[in-house]
Amino acid sequence: MRITVDKNYCKGCGICLSICPKSVYVNSEQRNSFGNLMPEARNRKRCNGCGLCERLCPDGAINVEEEYEAKY
Amino acid sequence: MNRLMERYLRLDYLPTLFCPGCGNGIIQYATIAAIDKLRLRDDIACVSGIGCSSWIPCYFNMDVMHTIHGRALAFAQGLKLARPVKNVLVFTGDGDCLAIGGNHLLHACKRNINLTVIMVNNHIYGMTGGQKSPATPLNCKTKTSSWGTYDEPIQGAELAINLGATYVARWTTAHPVQLQKSIEAGIKHRGLSFIEVISQCPTQSGKSVYGSKDPAYILNYLKENSSIYKEGMEHLEGKIKCGVLWHDNDRLEYIERMKGKIWEYVETKALGGYKQ
Repeated sequence: MRITVDKNYCKGCGICLSICPKSVYVNSEQRNSFGNLMPEARNRKRCNGCGLCERLCPDGAINVEEEYEAKY
Repeated sequence: MNRLMERYLRLDYLPTLFCPGCGNGIIQYATIAAIDKLRLRDDIACVSGIGCSSWIPCYFNMDVMHTIHGRALAFAQGLKLARPVKNVLVFTGDGDCLAIGGNHLLHACKRNINLTVIMVNNHIYGMTGGQKSPATPLNCKTKTSSWGTYDEPIQGAELAINLGATYVARWTTAHPVQLQKSIEAGIKHRGLSFIEVISQCPTQSGKSVYGSKDPAYILNYLKENSSIYKEGMEHLEGKIKCGVLWHDNDRLEYIERMKGKIWEYVETKALGGYKQ
């Protein structure tokens, strides 16, 4: 899965940190454009693509996409 | 940014004016996903009143009308009568719909006109600074009730059932998938569909109703303190009753009745001489 958190839209509310069933997100040192600490999808190998973080992000900052890798 | 939101929002107005962790963004996503699934983007018109919740459709890149306080339902009925082809979505808050627009809710439900009303209930007047609203629960200290509220709250969904709405559902923001399905069913339903969404307001109702300003805590609280109701089931006491509470396909819709009346007039009075 390719997970991106847009730093121009994230407001740092922390819903994605607590709601993710596989605890993919970790609070990072990086700051968004509002000056708050931003989540980072550090454990992205655990992600099973349920899309709950996309639905529950109030600002539409998170995007989860299937990652197609070449097998050869 | 999210690919679905990117296609449906006006990007030059972003970021939204909502506080961090506000539930309105979750309702925005659910509505967009429902419209995207039904492929009805050009046939939807959104009407909203005044308040935080009424800013939800103002960021949509489609037909939107932002009207005066409490009169969103009155404007929406006029729009529906003028353009019956459009599917009209109405976004109101608990103060907008139950307090100042209560009379319009009564008459819209009585007429059973084909609208989809999404009432965002955050238990408080959020935009003006945390005053008591008609939906504030018992024993909550707000700005205008410093001893704690001592009157019973209005339950919006049960009120709409009694007034005669034909599709009534209640969800919280902790149930985003069910909320999306309910909005889809409400758009498809012929008749007034009333969907109450219990939402978190971490700035104002987090302070006075839930006791914590953390939006993640409030979401977990809503999820744990709600029980999903199905027909024939007994409701657990002390929990928020979620689910599709009322669904009735038999009652006639207002525009159908009006058309029937017009044809009756045309056949008896206007064309009466020729018909025999």
